[in-house]
Amino acid sequence: MGKAVLCDATKCIGCRACQVACKQWNGLPAVTTTNTGSYENPPKMDAYTFTKINFTELEDNGRFRWVFNKLQCMHCEHPACVEACIVGALEKRPDGPVTYDDRKCIGCRYCQVACPFGIPNFEWDKPMPWIRKCTFCADRQGAGLKPACVTTCPTGALEFGERDALISEAHRRIAAEPGKYVDHVYGEKEVGGTSWLYLSPVPFEKLGFPALGPVPVTVNVARAMGAVPPVLLGVAAAMAGIYWLTKRRQKPSQAEADEKEKARLTK
Amino acid sequence: MMQQKRRFPLGTSILTVIVILGLIPMVIRYLYGLGAVSNLSDGRPWGFWISFDLYCGVALAAGGFTLAGWVYLFNQKKYHAVARPAILTAFLGYTLVILALLIDLGQPWYIWHAIIYWNVHSPLFEVAVCVMTYTVVLALEFSPAVFEGLSKSNLPVVRRFNWQIPLRIIRAIQIPLVIAGVVLSTLHQSSLGSMLLMMPETLHPLWYTPILPILFLTSAIAVGPAMVIFETTLSSKVFGHKLPLDILSGLGRAIPYILGIYLLLKLTDLTATGEIGLIFSAYPQNLLWWGEIIIGVILPIFLFSMPSVRQSRSGVFWSAVLVVIGLMFNRFNVSMLALAMRPGFTYFPHWMEIAISAALVADALLVIWLAYRFLPIAQHESITEVTAP
Repeated sequence: MGKAVLCDATKCIGCRACQVACKQWNGLPAVTTTNTGSYENPPKMDAYTFTKINFTELEDNGRFRWVFNKLQCMHCEHPACVEACIVGALEKRPDGPVTYDDRKCIGCRYCQVACPFGIPNFEWDKPMPWIRKCTFCADRQGAGLKPACVTTCPTGALEFGERDALISEAHRRIAAEPGKYVDHVYGEKEVGGTSWLYLSPVPFEKLGFPALGPVPVTVNVARAMGAVPPVLLGVAAAMAGIYWLTKRRQKPSQAEADEKEKARLTK
Repeated sequence: MMQQKRRFPLGTSILTVIVILGLIPMVIRYLYGLGAVSNLSDGRPWGFWISFDLYCGVALAAGGFTLAGWVYLFNQKKYHAVARPAILTAFLGYTLVILALLIDLGQPWYIWHAIIYWNVHSPLFEVAVCVMTYTVVLALEFSPAVFEGLSKSNLPVVRRFNWQIPLRIIRAIQIPLVIAGVVLSTLHQSSLGSMLLMMPETLHPLWYTPILPILFLTSAIAVGPAMVIFETTLSSKVFGHKLPLDILSGLGRAIPYILGIYLLLKLTDLTATGEIGLIFSAYPQNLLWWGEIIIGVILPIFLFSMPSVRQSRSGVFWSAVLVVIGLMFNRFNVSMLALAMRPGFTYFPHWMEIAISAALVADALLVIWLAYRFLPIAQHESITEVTAP
């Protein structure tokens, strides 16, 4: 079973150390932003920002409440981007990460359109642009290390481990303190499951998480692509058959015409 | 001849200006990246180029396979005169798609990666394979016109070759070529629908359905004859040779049947999934839905069913225009207007995006003009009698 991260929003303090660690490990430049009236910064993820903390401001029993949650690639179990990629530049590794190979990519951006979480980003400002997104620190994992964001998290809001174990841990936490969490482990079932799992004190829709069903978004595509070989053979056979039929019908009529012509001439 | 030469330069010089104006944004695009010439963003990674050049371009090239199949496989010789123009426009349509991709792709110099790195699960891979192979098939299907043109050339160098040899080869494999064209088009038209199947969460339920590939194919078959009516009417206006009306109205007569099947499929699908109510409740998307259905399906079904419309050149022409507009409306809906953006983004095409697409279309029109001028396109009946089996 693959690796996963459990992100417990009740433990996150919004320090954004994970954002900094991510930029450092991946050698990403800072992005100039303007004040948007929130502590949340940068306002959006882009090709140079693989992760960010969402600061959700809520009213809870008449009192102000802040909920923080981390955003990055979810590393789906059935990733739409992997299925979509024309050249197979994106790959789901059995140990969890969805990795990207810029030696194959042609920049078609189908992965961006396909992703139900809106994650892969593109270097719009470069003449030779690539797709960029969270790598789940596949390189660090290969060396036996945790992802940079998990290592740096000071409160234990991010926990790295086996996916099965983390799902049980998440349900154990909900059961232990049912008042503290909503009874929903986001990512356990969404679009067939993801490698990033979330616990939240408020319904996930309030945090801006897309409401997604348990069916992978790739099922209809897989069905359509499975129909390609039979359709190819079927249409080819049908067209050849139609040609043969019209040709055959034409011959007798041709012979008939010849016959008439002969009769006319001999008369 | 001299008089004819003077008649066209106004049109062609306008087209040439459009092409040159389009070259400027193209240079900017290659020097400074896609962000410099487009309003595309991470929230709307596919925009005007994909909707217009790819989705509309491929569908409007459907005249090539529908007419080739109708003439050579269903043996409808009557329509032989329009098969060659249809194949030419289909070939140019596909060339335009490839040129547009060389603009739209982030790394166009790596477009050949699609040939060596296969992802057979990707609908886009199917699209790429079909574009490549069908463009070759269309070039071969059209090549007899070129060889005939060359064999009649006045240049002694060109005349020295025996152009009958390649002509005979192409004629020998003509039927397999036409069958390959129909098969590849079936796959290609439907695969553009398959591509959208990946977006069940972002494409509006009025359009998202597992039968999208079938809907794409059916609407493409319907727009094929409409596009042929459209382009042959225009070319006969420009070049002054008239096509018999019964060919045009014959093409028009087929359209209501295909559009009828298309409408039935759409309504049955919405009813079966229980989403039919959305056509009244899902404001504002339902207006887009009604727009494409009324313009491109319901009106043409009525118009083409009326003998008085079919007996008038302008009636047939304008009804065909409705089908074409309705289809473009549909392709824009599924690939842009009804496809949700990431939250916090907006998109309206940059003028340079439109300028580049306009330049590509002008390119194609110039090639069509040259082809009609120098190749046997419209009046080739007497020469190619033998090709009709």
